[in-house]
Amino acid sequence: MALSTKHLLGIKPITGEDIQLILDTADNFKEVLNRPIKKVPSLRDITIANLFFENSTRTRISFELAEKRLSADVVNFSAAASSVKKGETLLDTVKNILAMKVDMVVMRHPMPGAPVFLSRHIPAQIINAGDGTHEHPTQALLDAFSLREKFGELKGLKVAIVGDITHSRVALSNIFALQKMGAEVTVCGPPTLIPKHIESLGVKVSYNLEETLRWADAANMLRIQLERQNIKFFPSLRDYSLQYQLNEEMLARIDKPLVIMHPGPINRGVEITSEVADSDQAIILDQVENGVAVRMAILYLLAGAK
Amino acid sequence: MAATEQLDLFPNGKLAVTLQRLCHELLETYGDFSDTVIIGAQSKGVFVSRRIQALLQEHLPGVEIPHGELDTTFFRDDFRMHEKPLQANKTRIDFLIEDRKVILIDDVLYTGRSVRAALDAMLAYGRPRSVELLVLVDRRNKRHLPIEPSYVGIMVDTIESQRVLVSLKESGGEDSVILVEKT
Repeated sequence: MALSTKHLLGIKPITGEDIQLILDTADNFKEVLNRPIKKVPSLRDITIANLFFENSTRTRISFELAEKRLSADVVNFSAAASSVKKGETLLDTVKNILAMKVDMVVMRHPMPGAPVFLSRHIPAQIINAGDGTHEHPTQALLDAFSLREKFGELKGLKVAIVGDITHSRVALSNIFALQKMGAEVTVCGPPTLIPKHIESLGVKVSYNLEETLRWADAANMLRIQLERQNIKFFPSLRDYSLQYQLNEEMLARIDKPLVIMHPGPINRGVEITSEVADSDQAIILDQVENGVAVRMAILYLLAGAK
Repeated sequence: MAATEQLDLFPNGKLAVTLQRLCHELLETYGDFSDTVIIGAQSKGVFVSRRIQALLQEHLPGVEIPHGELDTTFFRDDFRMHEKPLQANKTRIDFLIEDRKVILIDDVLYTGRSVRAALDAMLAYGRPRSVELLVLVDRRNKRHLPIEPSYVGIMVDTIESQRVLVSLKESGGEDSVILVEKT
């Protein structure tokens, strides 16, 4: 089996079989990560550049660990400390890095479509680590892996994605991934933060958190992305929390075993309370742990063919 | 051997006899199997190793011989030489091999590259006191690496164009180990 794609630009262009293969391979890497020596030599002759034009903690560390556990050589780049500040274009920056013989590029960029643009102009393989409000495929895959681990299978699973859907690349990639694996998705949030016509993707829309959670097996709580909002989408964070916060009272009201996810970073007290985020129902840290195994699987499968 | 012919390497139930003989050889060397573990190489080496472990347990009631399953995919040296990525199997080793005697078991020994990968992969579980190799079929004189088995089910002389096909009951069907022409 091989992936149908040379790059991982998003979940939209890949198939359900691709996702299945990635999740199955990630199972094997999760076992590797639980060995006393957590390293395999598979990518020992591959050099990977991590280009982060936007801030990141989890994704960046997770990718770097995944690469190192596969024995790849790694170079890190962050826009804040680079010639981007001196006016260099994206293509020039990347071409210069590739001139130093780099095989793969992992890129996060604030502009939607930046990885697609790069893939058309450079010969290296590209993995999208988040492009603006567009896609974050590796997050969706690790979410799918974590859900599959928890529930056994994704088919028929009911997943709610709650919060700032408009500005969330996690939401879009999750919708594609979950649907390709046969799960049902409802998006929930204030009307101003839910894109118009999102029903055309085949998801349900709800503006009522309690109803949505009563329906769902799992809820993915998203952060309000204030950095991408240049106008006010709701009166205040306090007002948002009153309507869309997942807290203990809400969990007590719906009174059912709901699995709680969060892609991080958490704004404690806004979309989710500390008690809920740290409860046994939350698999937030499992998601982070699984992220390394899933990214190892993606790197391995993309680099693995001739 | 004509192109359509195939040679049964273990005719008339000889496989059971051979497995018993291999067990007796192991008993001769390892005695009560203290500090000894068995590791089967995925995928078909595991079927052989499980059978040998079961037979050994009959000889040594009350002794528990640890058994692990090792997948070597991520340690292979032919990575990126195939059209598709090599697909991995499960590794299940829930013990450390640090300072223990390891009996590594595989179905067929040919170039020796899988065994080399297995020796590397094993290091993640500690530094063994010793490693011995047991194979069901040894394709003699075909090694790419200086690796030789300690215990051999059957030794065969083969040419490049031939293949040894192992299929065991565990993967469905009947036990059969045959030598065929590659098609």
